[in-house]
Amino acid sequence: MSLVARARDWFDERFHWAELVAPLEKKTVPVHKLSPWYFLGGITLFLFGIQVCTGILLLLYYRPGANEAFESVQYIMTRVQFGWLVRSIHSWAANLMILTAFAHMFSVVFLRAYRKPRELTWVSGMVLLFLAMGFGFSGYLLPWNTLAFFATKVGTEITGQVPVVGHSLMVFLRGGEDVTGATLTRFFGFHVAVLPGITTLLVLVHLALVQYFGMSVPPGVEERWKASPGESRQMKFFPNFFLRELMAWYIALGVLGALAAILPWDLGVKADPFAPAPAGIRPEWYFMFMFQTLKMIPAKVWFVDGEVVGILVFGAAAVIWLLLPFFDPLSRGRGRRFILGAGIFALAYMLAMTVYGYLAK
Amino acid sequence: MATWRNKRRVLALGAPLLLLLTCRAAWAQGQSSCLDCHGSLDPPLQVTAEQFAKDIHAQKGLTCADCHGGDPAKADMDAMSKKAGFRGKPDRKQIPEFCGRCHSDAAFMRRYNPSLRTDQLAQYKTSVHGQRLAHGDTKVAVCIDCHGVHGLRPASDTRSKVNPLNIAQTCSRCHSDAEYMKAYGIPTDQFSKYSASVHHDAMTDRGDLSAPTCTTCHGNHGAAPPGVGSVKNVCSTCHVFQSQMFDKSTHKAAFDKAGLPGCVVCHSNHGVKHPSDGMLSTGPQFVCSRCHQPGDRCDRATAAIFGDLTRLDGAIKNADGVLSVAESSGMEVSEARLAQDQARDSLTKARVTIHSFRKELVDQDVQAGLTVAAKDLQAGNEALRERNYRRVGLGISVIAILIVLLGLRAYIRIIEQNPPTSAGTAS
Repeated sequence: MSLVARARDWFDERFHWAELVAPLEKKTVPVHKLSPWYFLGGITLFLFGIQVCTGILLLLYYRPGANEAFESVQYIMTRVQFGWLVRSIHSWAANLMILTAFAHMFSVVFLRAYRKPRELTWVSGMVLLFLAMGFGFSGYLLPWNTLAFFATKVGTEITGQVPVVGHSLMVFLRGGEDVTGATLTRFFGFHVAVLPGITTLLVLVHLALVQYFGMSVPPGVEERWKASPGESRQMKFFPNFFLRELMAWYIALGVLGALAAILPWDLGVKADPFAPAPAGIRPEWYFMFMFQTLKMIPAKVWFVDGEVVGILVFGAAAVIWLLLPFFDPLSRGRGRRFILGAGIFALAYMLAMTVYGYLAK
Repeated sequence: MATWRNKRRVLALGAPLLLLLTCRAAWAQGQSSCLDCHGSLDPPLQVTAEQFAKDIHAQKGLTCADCHGGDPAKADMDAMSKKAGFRGKPDRKQIPEFCGRCHSDAAFMRRYNPSLRTDQLAQYKTSVHGQRLAHGDTKVAVCIDCHGVHGLRPASDTRSKVNPLNIAQTCSRCHSDAEYMKAYGIPTDQFSKYSASVHHDAMTDRGDLSAPTCTTCHGNHGAAPPGVGSVKNVCSTCHVFQSQMFDKSTHKAAFDKAGLPGCVVCHSNHGVKHPSDGMLSTGPQFVCSRCHQPGDRCDRATAAIFGDLTRLDGAIKNADGVLSVAESSGMEVSEARLAQDQARDSLTKARVTIHSFRKELVDQDVQAGLTVAAKDLQAGNEALRERNYRRVGLGISVIAILIVLLGLRAYIRIIEQNPPTSAGTAS
């Protein structure tokens, strides 16, 4: 008997291995022309895994603190064996992860995969996206370079505009009235302990829900399959879909490696809190649509500060978006087309404002 | 004719009467009678309240009467009576003393601006302007010619005529006027030369207010041309190290003996250009040939120094170029970039040391710079090698990934073409 077979028997004897993997063997994935969109969630998960691995490696050398952070990242990039690769992959994977998470979210909206009974899958996914953006915001400051320093200053200032709790929230985020070394250590804490803890837990919940409810079939395909059940096709999750997903992961790995080797992530210039803010401060690309909108809102809208209006509108939009599945049963026919229209509008608005934000001076 | 004479009589009596009535009416409203009347007069007697409000004296709380005497509380001509202490407008010759009554009084000036010097009048008396005025030449500059009058702003105000940004223009109003300066027999091209100089560029283009302007070298209130012996001292107030090096050189004694005015022999005075290594070459900027013969010992030493400087300059540019390529490829070379500043500092130091005209001293700086530049070049080349290594690594990784992808694809086909009983595509 081979070693593997003996090990399997050992586990089977104690944990009833066959029963444990039985659901996995039974799990199937619907096969239709829109099936490729199913890969996006898996790719996002893969990139999250990359983030965890490279993040742990970076932790071996990174030192939080206004006097050490920049130098330690510089050390990682110039002195540590393959440090440049780990740091570049961590930065690129972070951005790609948010990109694929957004793409995953919009695919779920357009395929109406959020429908009953998957409301909580959508809510957990949306919270994961917000957490990913929190990862991005906190991680952006960690190299302690000029652009990140001032972008964080602007970003936390915007938080300070939130009515009632704004100032307290800003002081909590900054660890004081200003962005200082205290902000850096605080963001480091959020980035490597608080957010990963919550995210890991929520990823497990999200995966469990996906596993429990299975893959959603788009309404059009579902109706067609109901009308002619013979057309209905399923693929076994393991190994058929899993191997395809593995291919997608390999492609993502290749893209990541190419980006890290050809376009290593820039370190910039060390932050100087006493220097004037440089021109062209901007947040990470996934905050750009909000940043540009806030810039364009007039200083006063009626008698309220423009920025406050902007924050309230974005806040309300985020809450409505989070609760989107719960509006779907209420709206039939034209109403559903309205949700689809809202999705198209949100995507177009985010794209247009992001492009405008980069082009505008 | 008689009618015309009557009209003139009426006008002669009526106009002052009208002015008096206007002044009285204004005074009755509680305003200063000086500005009330002078505000409505024609120049040069006109001083408006708006104009005077901009004056530093008005802003410090001084009034017309503090300089001109009189009693602004009285209306009409009574305000300007001798009895009221009216001093009136001083003669041009009296102006320095007139301003000096306050500006030379340290106790008085302390009340308004304790940091302001009070030796302007004493200095003025030592200046060419002051000495000529004392001899009755009223064409020379007095206080108001440079500072203005009744709208006078502090020198720190960029709108002031004596602000460093405006001084050259202020001096040039007389000194560039060939007709006005004809009697003095001095050149009138100083401003045009200065306008094309490196000092003017520093002042206007870079906004460096510490860059020299007329008063920096000539003095302001004690303005006079520096003597031959003191030119070096004037330049050395800023160019300290160049001066120290020059003092160590053999040129010092030779220049003193020949009565040559130091720095300006090579660099000129008002039109001083940005110095370049070309001043040591054989090109059009070459200055040594004005005194030295081609091929003599000094000429050979100059050529060697020029060669050293060119070599260091070239080494720095070469390292900069390689580092730029590495940086644009995304390589982290900020440490080498920073070290390049040391090489540039060595080049600057070598260019200063040239004023010693001693090759061995210049060599020390050049060698220090060459060592740093060579190290930075090596860092740049290593970064480029690392970049190439990464790209090769990427290529190998991509090939490995492609092989795995093809393998996976093939495996999927196999298991889907020959599905086991519990696997494969299911409907």
